[in-house]
Amino acid sequence: MPLTVLAIDDSRTIRELLREALVQAGFEVHLAIDGLDGLEKLEAAKPHAVITDINMPRMDGFGFIRAVREQPQHSALPIIVLTTESAAELKARAREAGATAWIVKPFDEAKLVSALRRVAVA
Amino acid sequence: MEQSDIRSAFFVECEDLMEALNEGLDRIEETLDEGHDDETVNAVFRAVHSIKGGAGAFKLDALVRFAHQFETTLDSLRAGRVSVDPPLLALLHKAADRLSDLLQAARTGSEAADIDPDDLAAQLAQAAGEEEVGEADAEDLGFVPMRLDLDLPVAAPDEVQSGRYSIDFSPTRALYACGNDTSILFRVLGDLGRMEVRLDRSRLPDFDSLDWQESWLDWHLTLETDEPEHQIDEVFEFVEDLCRLEIRPMPLEAPGPDPEPEPDPEPDPPASGPAAPRKAPVEDGRNASPRATVRVELDRVDRLINIVGELVINQAMLSQCVQDEGVPPRSPVRNRLDDFRNLAREIQESVMAIRAQAIKPLFQRMSRIAREASEIAQKQIRLVTEGESTEVDKTVIERLADPLTHMIRNAVDHGIEPADRRLHLGKPPVGLITLTAAHRSGRVLIEIKDDGGGINRPRVLEIARGKGLVAPEAQLTEEEIDGLLFMPGFSTASVVSDLSGRGVGMDVVKSAIESLGGRITIASDPGVGTTFTISLPLTLAVLDGMVVDVGGQTMVVPVSAIVETLRPRPTDIHVLGSGDQVVAIRGSLVPIVDCGSIFGFRAPVRSYGESVLLLVETARQKLCALVVDTIHDQRQVVIKGLENGYGRIPGVAAATILGDGRIALIIAPEEAVDIGTSGGTFSMEF
Repeated sequence: MPLTVLAIDDSRTIRELLREALVQAGFEVHLAIDGLDGLEKLEAAKPHAVITDINMPRMDGFGFIRAVREQPQHSALPIIVLTTESAAELKARAREAGATAWIVKPFDEAKLVSALRRVAVA
Repeated sequence: MEQSDIRSAFFVECEDLMEALNEGLDRIEETLDEGHDDETVNAVFRAVHSIKGGAGAFKLDALVRFAHQFETTLDSLRAGRVSVDPPLLALLHKAADRLSDLLQAARTGSEAADIDPDDLAAQLAQAAGEEEVGEADAEDLGFVPMRLDLDLPVAAPDEVQSGRYSIDFSPTRALYACGNDTSILFRVLGDLGRMEVRLDRSRLPDFDSLDWQESWLDWHLTLETDEPEHQIDEVFEFVEDLCRLEIRPMPLEAPGPDPEPEPDPEPDPPASGPAAPRKAPVEDGRNASPRATVRVELDRVDRLINIVGELVINQAMLSQCVQDEGVPPRSPVRNRLDDFRNLAREIQESVMAIRAQAIKPLFQRMSRIAREASEIAQKQIRLVTEGESTEVDKTVIERLADPLTHMIRNAVDHGIEPADRRLHLGKPPVGLITLTAAHRSGRVLIEIKDDGGGINRPRVLEIARGKGLVAPEAQLTEEEIDGLLFMPGFSTASVVSDLSGRGVGMDVVKSAIESLGGRITIASDPGVGTTFTISLPLTLAVLDGMVVDVGGQTMVVPVSAIVETLRPRPTDIHVLGSGDQVVAIRGSLVPIVDCGSIFGFRAPVRSYGESVLLLVETARQKLCALVVDTIHDQRQVVIKGLENGYGRIPGVAAATILGDGRIALIIAPEEAVDIGTSGGTFSMEF
């Protein structure tokens, strides 16, 4: 069974790149446009892992992670944060919100796969 | 989607992002006094951030570097480390313009991308509160995309040797709370070599006192691997702050600490992925766009508009047939046909609306033009835009860009007075230019208004006389003097300036507007300001036409060009020595152009007394009277291009199909007048 990943980013370009790379790597991909959309799609997508951007309208990545962690059935869902910088502060905030791991942009397929296999299993 | 498709989609997305960015900056500017709200700054930040993110993916380094610096400054703003003031805002606007240039350069692959003439990046850095950096250091501070090629061992040869490590690993409860799974970590670690796992449950309390959310289990691992040590560190990269971790190299041949059989990993907190059946095909990200829009090629829309145009014509022909067959007016057939006509009209309007776009991007471009122009002219200008959501045909918007640019530059250059003069006159030092768009009675009105000195009419008249555009003794009304600005070859600026003196005059603006079926008028109040008003049709696909008969042919004249229609008395017609005729209208002599003869339908008539005259206004001749035989009616006609099939025909703009199926040519009044007067030097008397 392929690993199912929900990828959340408000940028259409990044969404397409994520989809491209993840499909290449053999994952099943669902896309969402922001945190709120991601929350709504969680039930239908039933992902093994989520990759999310931080800075998004309506609900940002931190808000999304917090909301997910509040739901008992998703309290252990691996959530990978996409960040542009390796800024320690950003990571600390993501961690505080309950992020599992992070990927520093720009990402490529290898980076995505490497991070995913360290946090999720189908 | 191919990589190149994503790349071009990225640039399309960037257009939206730039729009959001500029809009946000404008909003911050508007609310400068009352203090901006955080969400606006956030939106601006996000736009730059997204551009940077996408640019990074396509390795557009110049773009990434600049966007990064821009973002850093915005971040300082967001965090409240710096506050907004007009100079900072001006810098941010400039940075947005530069970002737009860099995007354009990246899109076209041009080389100019790396030049930063104003050293904007350094200015941004300074504004962000960073220490000013010298030229040499600037590069170091620039953003360099960080690459972590995790799966490629880059070990030096001496590192590639078997190693044996003892790993003590005590997870905290936060490790589990953040969705980590020790069994996954161990599996990845096990992939590095041969591993032994020993569970230490000595801390596990009695069942009664067990807090099930706490982490009670410790692990002792022994790993024998050929991989360098940093590969082990990497496995723990995401959890190193969530556990107690100790990795020690061990002597290679030493016996394992404890040959206890490998236990199963502990029973984990809730499973990471329920094994429910998965359906839902891969979702299309574009459909999830927040604006719920589709991008359609313009060609397709135009094809649709064309076909719907045919449909409307076909419906008109059908109505005509039914009428000719003598079907009585209230019969069921006629009623159904009426429904059909209404539906066809509705479809046509809906389809036309597809081509309509908000004028906002064009207005945003004008903001930039005004900023740049005010810098060159060294004047302080504020451009206020209103009615940005007014929808206008896409082609109209595109073709408005040049005339508007020219007019904004004119307003800055000639309209607004220098600050010291304004102060002297008791005006605020910052000149105000207002750009407004609105829908009014089926047309689009665009107004460019400045609060400058107004048109200097004595000076205009003097120049026009000097250039021989007006007879020396002619007495002109204020309106007529203002109208001189639109004469070809007229330019009031005694010194050609950097800004507006580019060889383009207001006559070019006027003909550009007229080629869109529009009209432009001036209103000016000395000392108070000047207002240019452009009135445009909503669409270029249909036109309000006056259907006329000329020499036995049916033709259409655009109503927008017609000032008035009249039937002169024979005594009003005067024949000049050349044989040309003029008509006296309210004391002015207006040249007469016979549509019948210029299109070769008949020879010129001896006297046009009792003919029908359509008074049209053109840039070159001011007023001119077109002769037609009869006026049928006024109606909307669908414009059908002729140029693909027949090439350019002087005096003819396009064609249309009438209700009875006949083809009628649409006259281009400006050209018709040119032909009729042979572009001659007809001297006007007023």
